[in-house]
Amino acid sequence: MLDMQHITKVYRTDLVETHALRDFNLAVAEGEFVAVTGPSGSGKTTFLNIAGLLESADGGHYRLDGDDVGALDDDARAGIRNQKIGFIFQGFNLIPDLDVFDNVDVPLRYRGFPARARRARIERSLELVGLAARMQHLPSQLSGGQQQRVAIARAIAGEPRFLLADEPTGNLDSLMARQIMDLLGEINRQGTTIILVTHDPELARRAHRNIHVMDGEVTDLKPFAARAGAAVA
Amino acid sequence: MLGYYLRLAWLSLRRTPAITLLMIGAIALGIGATTTTLTVYHRMSTNPIARRNEVLRAVTLDSWSPDQPWDRDHPELPPSEVTYRDAVAIAAGAPAARIVPMRKTSLTAEPGGGRPPFLVIARLATRDFFPMFDVPFAYGTGWDARADRNAEPVVVLSKETNGKLFGGENSVGRVLKLDGREYRVVGVLADWQPTPKFYDLNNGAYDTPEDIFLPFGLGAALDLQPGGNVNCWKSEALAGVHDLFGSNCTWHQLWAELRTPAEVERFQAWIDGYVVEQKKLGRFPRKLNNRLYRPDEWLARHEVVGLDSRVLLLVSFAFLAVCVLNVVGLLLSRFLGAAGSCAIRRALGASRGEIFRQHLVEVGLVGALAGLGGLAIGALGLKALEQLYSSYDRLTQLDLTMTVAAIALAVLAGVLAGLYPAWRICRVQPASYLKTQ
Repeated sequence: MLDMQHITKVYRTDLVETHALRDFNLAVAEGEFVAVTGPSGSGKTTFLNIAGLLESADGGHYRLDGDDVGALDDDARAGIRNQKIGFIFQGFNLIPDLDVFDNVDVPLRYRGFPARARRARIERSLELVGLAARMQHLPSQLSGGQQQRVAIARAIAGEPRFLLADEPTGNLDSLMARQIMDLLGEINRQGTTIILVTHDPELARRAHRNIHVMDGEVTDLKPFAARAGAAVA
Repeated sequence: MLGYYLRLAWLSLRRTPAITLLMIGAIALGIGATTTTLTVYHRMSTNPIARRNEVLRAVTLDSWSPDQPWDRDHPELPPSEVTYRDAVAIAAGAPAARIVPMRKTSLTAEPGGGRPPFLVIARLATRDFFPMFDVPFAYGTGWDARADRNAEPVVVLSKETNGKLFGGENSVGRVLKLDGREYRVVGVLADWQPTPKFYDLNNGAYDTPEDIFLPFGLGAALDLQPGGNVNCWKSEALAGVHDLFGSNCTWHQLWAELRTPAEVERFQAWIDGYVVEQKKLGRFPRKLNNRLYRPDEWLARHEVVGLDSRVLLLVSFAFLAVCVLNVVGLLLSRFLGAAGSCAIRRALGASRGEIFRQHLVEVGLVGALAGLGGLAIGALGLKALEQLYSSYDRLTQLDLTMTVAAIALAVLAGVLAGLYPAWRICRVQPASYLKTQ
């Protein structure tokens, strides 16, 4: 489903040149739940931004669903983000002026769904995250965990095939974090491919596969089961 | 998506009410100033008889002095009025569908019933005045040919005068005393306010039309005083009004209705021939220079839109531009302040075009609200002009065209102010904002 080959990304300022990704290679199959771990500054978020078409790579090839998406123009990338990719961010990234219903509605608006279809999808996704009763609330009226669940509802309302989560529990307490991970697990079981960026090994362990990134390169691609077994042995 | 964008715009404007009010106020001020000057300009520059522009002609003859032109700044121009005898001669003999000689006078109306007499401004004209200029009637009609021929004491009242004298009811057949004589009312005009008063630009281009209308022949029959300008160049013994009729003074307006180019040509040839004949009698000492003007040319010749009005209009637009420039800064800071929300929308699939349109709708809404404010300010400005210059009262009416124009101009100003900020915001890189949210 996702195939990155020799991806490079360099951030340049007048004084500094930072190699965020160097020869980054990764393939993710449909339906996988992949955790990407690594220390701060290792390139996890850059990888996620490129995977989510929020940024473009400086080199290498990126194929999504078999299509080369590396050279697409801005509008085409926006279209793919809208139709195929859901985002969950550490900071929730809800629009503060809009209530819960309207926040979940945002990607559906750009998708061009008619009003009735949008309402049905919004209600369904909010029910799934347990916030159907809070549709009229503003983000500021919700707890952090609730806000993140709204963000998840927004990410899944369009039924994307691919969910990118960047430290989705980073701002939550452990109980809330567990609930969010349970929710992501459930979404994955329903067929959505998930890539989760985290530096929490505990959370990463709940994924099918762990990718460890160091200095902009993938250093470890082992499934958790294999790694756990090796550790025991 | 327009409804969605409008809702987002409304939410966005409510989020920062102080900046919103500042932006609306800035554009409203500019629109208010522009609306004030544009309304006056619009009223001044309108051709109120545009529908008949092609068939009407103001008739001028160069009967002026051999020593100096009528207008030193424009020596090629003949006087804009004609003498009584030329007006009468041309009206009697020239080939035209309609010819109307006319002038202004004033009389004293005596309403009776214990009410005090009052001065009325009258126009002396032949009966063709009404159909020629599309004058609408509320009651009755103009007088007939016999009334013109015999200078009968009949009168047509303006709507206002009829209201003043007869309470606005149908007064056709009623008798009105003017200067001690009885006149029978044959018609009452409906509302008729041609601005500028194209048919007589020499005597108050922005005045209201006359209070009453009388058969032209009454002017000579009763020696009615001239009510407008009388321009003379020749030393002539003028003991009273009566002497004016045979003089070389110009004090009459003359209009003809000529329906085809051939009719225009024939008419021009006739008046040229007439002047050649008059030259043989020692009149018309200047070279042959008789001109016919369409109403639009007539308005242009009289420069009804003065240079000061044009300059004022330019200044008001410059002021609006300054207001718009100020709003650009406010919009830029406001839009960039909400860049995070745009980054989220971009991440969720909004194209740059969608973000651009969303923000243009927002600035359009700011413009529309500013337009309403600008109309209120403009109305105040027009009221102030009216108070300052009484002759401006007919130029300061905010009509539907100007209301729509003001709103449209305000929306345009808002959109212009918002183009650059909207372009900037639609180009934000979502990745650089999402991490910092």
